[in-house]
Amino acid sequence: MKVMIIGCGRVGSVLANRLDEEGHQVVVLDRNQQAFRRLSEKFSGKRIVGNGLVEEFVRPTLQEKTDILLAMTDKDNVNLMITQRVKQNFQLERVIAVVHDSILAGLYKELGVETVCPTDLVIKDLLQTIKES
Amino acid sequence: MYIIIVGAGKVGYHLGSLLMAEGHEVMLIEEDRSKVELLSLEFHDAIMQGNGSTVEVLKEAGANRADVIVATTGNDEDNLVICQISKLMFLRPRTIARVNNPRNEELFTGLGVDASVSATKIINAVIEEQVKAGDMMIPLLTLKEGNVEIVEVELSRSSHIVKKKIKDLSMPPGSIFIAVIRGEELIIPFGDTEFQPEDKVLALVKRESEQALRNML
Repeated sequence: MKVMIIGCGRVGSVLANRLDEEGHQVVVLDRNQQAFRRLSEKFSGKRIVGNGLVEEFVRPTLQEKTDILLAMTDKDNVNLMITQRVKQNFQLERVIAVVHDSILAGLYKELGVETVCPTDLVIKDLLQTIKES
Repeated sequence: MYIIIVGAGKVGYHLGSLLMAEGHEVMLIEEDRSKVELLSLEFHDAIMQGNGSTVEVLKEAGANRADVIVATTGNDEDNLVICQISKLMFLRPRTIARVNNPRNEELFTGLGVDASVSATKIINAVIEEQVKAGDMMIPLLTLKEGNVEIVEVELSRSSHIVKKKIKDLSMPPGSIFIAVIRGEELIIPFGDTEFQPEDKVLALVKRESEQALRNML
């Protein structure tokens, strides 16, 4: 599978490492060169320094067949704009935005944007843990 | 009208002041506390602190009774989300977004923003119009994000089309004459209409055909 990850933060970098280890083709994009230090030394995927909101930085990757794009910068609105633009301009199997604001995540699902909400997931997990104790 | 403006930068601030002076009810939303403090001397209850791209803050600002919601922040991604959640969550606001990068305008229109305003594009259009005015082809109205224009041309004696009938002209594709003003008279042109010097001709023209139309005239 070919996966593009926009935002090489704490979650993005670990996800990139894991997918790479599992043998997937991974492309990571981040505005900040320093962010790539989070990637493991063994990481064999591609690193691109650039702004995910600017088409020139994503086009070269996406115009070749890509299965999944994950927008996971630390800004919800950036992730939502990236995914909506990519959906409009490219044919991808799945385009996913990470959205921390739970209400926003729900709203954009209604608009047909696939969202993952870390806040919801943590709450769900914590509730589960509390109930089990 | 009740108008909510998100972002109290230069654009939001001046827009808010103007609208208030015209007697509209305005609410400015700004995230920066020090800015809010400073501006509250002038705006009193018409400014509030908060992140305007969240449903909670917009609701608190009274978005449900707003006629217009204007997103004027310096970040296009914030302006897009503000307009999209306003459309989805609230009753009947028209949404207007400031577009900082003119290349985002098309995206915004496709995603449910009612109107977008790009300062760069406006200034560019004004400059273009100034340049064209020398050619006597005056743009009256631009439609479809500037891709279609209604233009007015006053025919001089030396114009190529004077004393000719419309049916004998080869019009550039993507252009059509819609009216001829001769003195006080308005003529809706058809094939047999013959042009005379000093006729004012109105034409609808696609941007890409504009130069061809100008050459013909």
